[in-house]
Amino acid sequence: MVAKVDCLRLSAYFSGLDSEELDSIREHMFEKSVARGEVIIFEGEPATAIYIVISGVVKVFKTSTDGKEQIIYLARPGDSFNDVPVFGGGLNLASAEAITQVNLCGIKKDELKAILLGNPKLAENVLKVLSQRVEQMVSLVEDLSFRRVTGRVAKILLENAEDTNGQRHRLTQQEMAAMAGTAREMIGRSLKLLEDEGKVRLERNRIVITDKKALVEIAGVGA
Amino acid sequence: MAKIPIIDRNKCNGCGLCVEVCSCQALVLVDNTVEVREKRECHQCTKWCTMCEMVCTTGAIQCSFEVVTEE
Repeated sequence: MVAKVDCLRLSAYFSGLDSEELDSIREHMFEKSVARGEVIIFEGEPATAIYIVISGVVKVFKTSTDGKEQIIYLARPGDSFNDVPVFGGGLNLASAEAITQVNLCGIKKDELKAILLGNPKLAENVLKVLSQRVEQMVSLVEDLSFRRVTGRVAKILLENAEDTNGQRHRLTQQEMAAMAGTAREMIGRSLKLLEDEGKVRLERNRIVITDKKALVEIAGVGA
Repeated sequence: MAKIPIIDRNKCNGCGLCVEVCSCQALVLVDNTVEVREKRECHQCTKWCTMCEMVCTTGAIQCSFEVVTEE
């Protein structure tokens, strides 16, 4: 009972609900304790419940066919996971593993519809939480794809700056894209990012490296 | 060294997209092939936006950069 109360207090889903609404929701919730290292849900299995972390930390992750693990996010007290497939129907989009001792609350998929129909404020909160989840995913996509490209672009710039004889090389964005193994559009964005961060300055048909040391760091190469 | 867009006439299909997007109106279609209108105009354009290269579907336009290190 204590865990359920904590869940209701911590989770954004239940923000702004009055005591009567919270009581009606509490009846539909279950509690679960999970040991460190235990997998709570497996990617690809039918989604059966939304979980809310009361204490501890849960790693939400996807696994590639060659066994590489990509952490989507860490769910901490008050955070939920497995929301999207439960609301949308279908299979778990990711796996979730307790990386500490974890106490959870959950709402089963079967009971969710009745809860939402009876609580318009809860439905509104669900929209907010899911919107935040989309923002997190967009940010993750940016980190995964964009930052690595920027490092490669930095390396290309360093390698193609004027040589010791003062010989200057010319590159098109398409050439840089081919060298970096990415799309031309990503080169433009990477250059803009480097400029915004003060590492380079973009001039008419010229890229001026203004902070070589920082560029070396981004590129991850020796000085 | 190229300080204006370089156009490969063999690749240009005359679609005119680059002419439409050029912010300094430096490009023009002549006999269904794009040309830089006058070199002077492109030199005067301060943007070097490379939009023409970006929109070209055949890779016929190349806007190159030289990379220099500021002392």
